[in-house]
Amino acid sequence: MSAVVGHELTHDHSHDDHHHKETFVTKYIFSQDHKMIAKQFLVTGIIMGIIGIAMSLLFRIQIAWPEESFKVFSWLLGDDFAPGGVMRNDIYLALVTIHGTIMVFFVLTAGLSGTFSNLLIPLQIGARDMASGFMNMLSYWIFFIACIVMISSLFVESGPASAGWTIYPPLSAVPEAIPGSGTGMTLWLVSMALFIAQSLMGSLNYVVTVLNMRTKGMSMTRLPLTIWALWVTAIIGIVSFPVLLSAALLLIMDRSFGTSFFLSDIYLAGEVLHYQGGSPVLFEHLFWFLGHPEVYIVILPAMGITSEVISANARKPIFGYRAMITSILAIAFLSTIVWGHHMFVSGMNPFLGSVFTFTTLLIAIPSAVKAFNYITTLWKGNLQMNPSMLFCIGFVSTFITGGVTGIILGDSTLDINVHDTYFVIAHFHLVMGISALYGMFAGIYHWFPKMYGRMMNKNLGYIHFWVTVVCAYGVFFPMHFIGMAGLPRRYYTNSAFPMFDDMVDVNILITMFALVGAAFQLVFLFNFFYSIFYGKKAPRNPWRATTLEWTTPVEHMHGNWPGAIPEVYRWPYDYSKPGYEEDFVPQTVPLRDGEKDGGHL
Amino acid sequence: MTSLLILVIVALLGIAVWQLTKIFDLTQSKQHVGEDYKTQVATHKDNNINGYLMFGFLAFIYIFTIYSCVKWGYMPLLSNSASEHGKDVDQLMWITLLVVFFVQFLTQFLLHYFAFAYRGNKDRKAEFFADNDKLEFIWTIIPVIVLAGLILYGLYAWNNIMHYDEEEEVIYVEVYAKQFNWDFRYAGDDNVLGKANVRFIEGINVVGADMADPNAQDDVVTKELHLPVGKKVVLKMRSQDVLHSAYFPHFRAQMNTVPGMVTQFAMTPTVTTTEMRDREEIVDRVNKINEARNKHSKKLVEKGEPGLEPYTFDYILLCNKICGRSHYNMQAKVIVETENEFKKWIGQQPKLGKQVAEEKAAAAAPKVEAQPVQTPVAEPQIVVDTTAVVAQVIK
Repeated sequence: MSAVVGHELTHDHSHDDHHHKETFVTKYIFSQDHKMIAKQFLVTGIIMGIIGIAMSLLFRIQIAWPEESFKVFSWLLGDDFAPGGVMRNDIYLALVTIHGTIMVFFVLTAGLSGTFSNLLIPLQIGARDMASGFMNMLSYWIFFIACIVMISSLFVESGPASAGWTIYPPLSAVPEAIPGSGTGMTLWLVSMALFIAQSLMGSLNYVVTVLNMRTKGMSMTRLPLTIWALWVTAIIGIVSFPVLLSAALLLIMDRSFGTSFFLSDIYLAGEVLHYQGGSPVLFEHLFWFLGHPEVYIVILPAMGITSEVISANARKPIFGYRAMITSILAIAFLSTIVWGHHMFVSGMNPFLGSVFTFTTLLIAIPSAVKAFNYITTLWKGNLQMNPSMLFCIGFVSTFITGGVTGIILGDSTLDINVHDTYFVIAHFHLVMGISALYGMFAGIYHWFPKMYGRMMNKNLGYIHFWVTVVCAYGVFFPMHFIGMAGLPRRYYTNSAFPMFDDMVDVNILITMFALVGAAFQLVFLFNFFYSIFYGKKAPRNPWRATTLEWTTPVEHMHGNWPGAIPEVYRWPYDYSKPGYEEDFVPQTVPLRDGEKDGGHL
Repeated sequence: MTSLLILVIVALLGIAVWQLTKIFDLTQSKQHVGEDYKTQVATHKDNNINGYLMFGFLAFIYIFTIYSCVKWGYMPLLSNSASEHGKDVDQLMWITLLVVFFVQFLTQFLLHYFAFAYRGNKDRKAEFFADNDKLEFIWTIIPVIVLAGLILYGLYAWNNIMHYDEEEEVIYVEVYAKQFNWDFRYAGDDNVLGKANVRFIEGINVVGADMADPNAQDDVVTKELHLPVGKKVVLKMRSQDVLHSAYFPHFRAQMNTVPGMVTQFAMTPTVTTTEMRDREEIVDRVNKINEARNKHSKKLVEKGEPGLEPYTFDYILLCNKICGRSHYNMQAKVIVETENEFKKWIGQQPKLGKQVAEEKAAAAAPKVEAQPVQTPVAEPQIVVDTTAVVAQVIK
């Protein structure tokens, strides 16, 4: 690998001397420039996000007004999937499944980590590009194919995968069990295999780049927390994604080649199937071995972005820089040994349940440290309420609201009665869905000038933020109540149980909030795409931040800096440092005689 | 779906147009960047307005929480548990909820209050405050202590729930799941469930009991789950097709049913169905539900559809693991009754051995009418698979 890195470096240094002729194709499509690849990930992620959120609106409409006829169903789903405008019950499950898959993997993994790792790692560590630009390009295009395959599965006659985003066999393995487990499921698995491949390519690149290509003076303890978070995220991905790949491959074997890794003793449609000796519980272990670290793959980049943006806008160093790094590492380590808390009632040995309860509740400690550190960073700050800052405060707020209910779900005893109910939906949407989305929005508003050289409109940003936070609470807070009342998730309608009849109004309220909240994302979309072309021209450093990316020219160039790469002399959080006229000291400013680094005075 | 395809194509076209415009944009001469951008950076006024809104949002969280608790606070299953261990679960839940509400109340206050109080002001400089070991130690150690308490209490309760004394007098009932209904198999007089495997499923023997096993002869298969009050019941769970989850919300009990594996959950019901129906809170709840049902029923009648029956309270078993298209309607009634009532009811149920024998006799009897043969296709399978059949011991 070092040979490759060396080659890239020499190539990039010589870059300024001779001029590459860039064509449309090499610049915009098969680009090897990390900044362009970041934008490609972002725009693809946004498009996938539109599809994923639209699906959630469709099934929210169904659950609020069950089995009623809606024009929008016949229009979007067609007469086959919604005969007479009434959504079919297996299509409801298909929408739930694909919504989960798209949001978790395609939006909050590739769209978030893919965008900001690509954009920020080289810029903030002071490198001209990723270690391997070619692999980086490949990573995006494999992701693109994965998106196409996933979307094409929506048009399969028997319907897309509908076994839930967790695709537990046997439901996902035997087409007799549900129509979506036919071709739709095959495409799902192919798409995910491609997705994992691209994720590994990206992650390897990020890890190598951070380790080998930091500029002079950029020690690990001078890295911005975004880089720490993105780097650790990449490591978690490398550790856990391959396990999901093996689970997917074994499932493909069970589905198509008659093996019995996950299946045993099945009697379906009047016939005994030949499977013998496998166990679905094995699949659950393999799935959650990725599935749980995955939520940290989603949330850590959002935490990194928040650390950076909160500090820059509070005009104050991030509180407890080293504690933040320790927390990230502790969360990363613990995240790989807690997966069993998804399986307390799966039939695994109860003793194992005790172990996983213990490790799971431990995660609350580094999480609490992070939350308190964010709050203390605000204390006595000089808060600049830019839209990115608002989303960071929103992030901390939902991270706490969603996080505290984790001590209920992580406790095996309490999980018995709320497992797989709407309580779980409320918990994880707040703590990793909405929070990560806020992190992503914060990142977009903050680094938009870096990506497109223009500013986003702040007033539209304020409208977007305030409506979104109110609606997000309105959607997910009431779910705690109906969940604790025993309402299971993934029910096509709750009308089969009279005991849930008094929850009809709650479900309608939730859907209303969801519709309004989603409608106001259009404000963001408009602001984003409009500002790309017509936003006010941005200067080099509009937020007066300290980190290296703001020392690059506004106009993008391959290689990032026209001259030599700047050297770094201090940590990234010297905001409002006593003794300096300005309220920020960029990392490139040398320390004065006797001045201490790292937040010490 | 075709329209969705059109939407995707439109989106892709949009990207193409955007890329082209971008090129056009880049070819334009570079404008000088003026002070124009400052209109898009938060000003003193923005800081002020959004600072106040932050405070307003704090109020919104509190008011919405209180509103929810008042309006829907009766819904959560936090009292009136119908099993012995349910009281422990409820108590632990209350304690944890107190911690949750306290932390939520306090941290949201600090977060939003600081956002309000330290909103930007051009005359002030932020304090350079990067570290404080004492503070960080405090908020590491407090969660440690609180969590240690919760973990210990939780694990203690979990062990009590999950381990039952083998010597104890218990009754065994099999909960048998399939798309999309439940069967129950009682162990009969010998209190031993006969061995079983899906390969033995045939006709009336829907749970696949091995009829060669003497223990299976007196087993009883039913569609309703009746349980005697005050007696520990060990629910042995099987599934014949996909994963299901046997969820008994009123008993605070849940366990997945896994094809190819026997899972279990032991509990002691403490309140009979009749007693529970008379409890004040349950009566209130039922009234609320019936109010909603009446409203809905009226609408249905207006539309010319049949109205809804009024709801009476019953314990219920529902499927809580996605299992297919009718997952939303996979339920069974659970009835807790006195031991005498239970004995009377179980005595009336036919024994599986007898039922299978009768079915065989009827099939063997010369058919007078030309009835279509109703033998399930499973029969030849059994012959082919004889070597592979390993009936599971359920106890």
